[in-house]
Amino acid sequence: MNTSVTNATTAAAPTQEAVKDDARGDRIFGWAVTFAAAFVMLLLLAVAAAMAWGGHLAFQTFGLRFLVNGEWDAVGKQFGAMVPIMGTLISSAIAMLIAVPVSFGIAFYLTEIAPTWLRGPVSTAVELLAGIPSIIYGMWGLFVFVPFMSEHVLPWLNDKVGSLPVVGPLFEGPPLGIGMLTAGIVLAIMVIPFISSIMRDVFRTVPSSLKESSYALGATTWEVVWHVVLPYCRSAVVGGIFLGLGRALGETMAVTFVLGNSHQLSWSLLMPGNSIAATIANEFTEADSDIYLSSLIALGLILFVVTFIVLAVARLMLANLRRKEGAA
Amino acid sequence: MFMKSTSRFALAIATSIFALCAHAEEITGAGSTFVYPILSKWSADYSAKTGVKINYQSIGSGGGIAQIKAATVDFGASDMPMKPDELDKVGLTQFPVIIGGVVPVVNMPGVATDQLKLTGPVLADIFLGKIKRWNDPAISSLNPGVKLPDAMITVVHRSDGSGTTFNWVNYLSKVSPEWQTKVGEGTSVQWPAGVGGKGNEGVAAYVKQIKNSIGYVELAYAMQNKMTTTQVKNREGKFVSPSLESFQAAAANAEWAKAKDFYLVITDAPGQASWPIAATTFVMMYKIPKNAKQSKSALDFFKWSLEQGQSQAKQLDYVALPDSLVKQIEASWKAEIK
Repeated sequence: MNTSVTNATTAAAPTQEAVKDDARGDRIFGWAVTFAAAFVMLLLLAVAAAMAWGGHLAFQTFGLRFLVNGEWDAVGKQFGAMVPIMGTLISSAIAMLIAVPVSFGIAFYLTEIAPTWLRGPVSTAVELLAGIPSIIYGMWGLFVFVPFMSEHVLPWLNDKVGSLPVVGPLFEGPPLGIGMLTAGIVLAIMVIPFISSIMRDVFRTVPSSLKESSYALGATTWEVVWHVVLPYCRSAVVGGIFLGLGRALGETMAVTFVLGNSHQLSWSLLMPGNSIAATIANEFTEADSDIYLSSLIALGLILFVVTFIVLAVARLMLANLRRKEGAA
Repeated sequence: MFMKSTSRFALAIATSIFALCAHAEEITGAGSTFVYPILSKWSADYSAKTGVKINYQSIGSGGGIAQIKAATVDFGASDMPMKPDELDKVGLTQFPVIIGGVVPVVNMPGVATDQLKLTGPVLADIFLGKIKRWNDPAISSLNPGVKLPDAMITVVHRSDGSGTTFNWVNYLSKVSPEWQTKVGEGTSVQWPAGVGGKGNEGVAAYVKQIKNSIGYVELAYAMQNKMTTTQVKNREGKFVSPSLESFQAAAANAEWAKAKDFYLVITDAPGQASWPIAATTFVMMYKIPKNAKQSKSALDFFKWSLEQGQSQAKQLDYVALPDSLVKQIEASWKAEIK
């Protein structure tokens, strides 16, 4: 009896302690995760500030002209970011133009059409593609894809498309095999695994009852995907696309290998160009004057800002879409 | 007993590591990628002989100058010499260590190695984008009997800054006033035409892939990749093929004795047999070093390399410095470095 009472009291007393402990633990945990979340913001600001500081000499010297000037002359110490900016945007745009429909096709096939035994191996293959380092894509691009482009694809484009009135000038020029179009295609191959595996994952989250009821109403597979599956997971699909775009904008090594690295602006997609990331990677070690180094860091800041703007626009578009759906 | 023996064992290891650290000297350097193959061969042989290790980072000539200015390394290496007044400002001295050469390489079906003859002004016009086709009269008049294709020339240059580029454009500036005013010289320039490959290997890869292209690489790359090189007309009006002999002639005929702080770029060198685009790698060191002992070991290493390193140089397609120049360099060490 006696022993059991003491046992009870000794058991009860720690319980109150434990409640206090728990509350304190919660608070500490709260702070810890708040700090973790704030850390992201701090990091983002610190990166931006560091690059703004590093690039301030370039912005001071060239002002806003830095953004629209196409010159990049280390001897004359004149620098402008226009060619790399255009190259980054154009090669990424080509990549998305190819990668989005193909990725949609892959995801569509894997979730709706492929026989079950095939889904596993194909999905694994897609994920393995995502794991290949970008420099491997670059080397493959240079040694295998570039000769193929210059011998087969580009002469055909030159002959058949180059003479057309409006799009013609985009496909004129010597078939070097190295240039904006090749870089865009290699980028597309690199981002397809990202976009398609996200699309496949979100397509699979659509409740089968939704799909089954549409099939019951007589819808075709295409109609089900286009009118039911896509609207259901639109935001996640767009999110996946922009993840791919983010990767395409910042890709360095693969682009450096096949882009031609030339600071010249050309209408033709067959001509060599340059991208922001490739310029930085190529020229950082030999930047022998302060203004040169500063211009490269300023390029880095611009890439940061461009990526930020692209992702922000994507967010806004998504928010708009949701509002419209809510209103409808 | 067991404890005692383990602690004694640990002590033994600790002392031997300490002894090892005290013994193994390490000299650090950074810069030119051009000199990297020969420098790593030298340092391997030297460290096998003396135990002194040389830790060299081939980050590029510009990077080498930046690192030695920041005093993070014992020596910097650059294919572009620093001007004497610039050296004085930072308290540095420089000396050449090895001679190599930059050679034009072409990809033209049916044209053999050293069959094509080019001159400096023609090369400049090609790289300016003024001569656009291989059958241009300026080229065909130099090459009677060579079947030149009626095709566009694709120019291939380096995309990264480099000492190889510096020597190439330095030569073009010397032979073409238009090149000098329009483009100028440096480790990276604003190319008027063409595509850029990263590194010697990038230029080599692009030239191999693009038909009717022309680029420039170090001789070693051209030889190892079995690329088609060309003859170039030198200052005396003679066409010479790129080879160790023609590089050697350029090195021997260059007027080193008159150059203050060895500030001399040996492109367009005089001499009947001289290759016009020979190149030198320079090493920069502090006159009053922060660490005298390290600096002394670095000089010992370079003394050994300059005196004993010829055979390795030849193996790797470089040319060792002429003896008279080595004497001159050793004299400058005595005078300059404390």
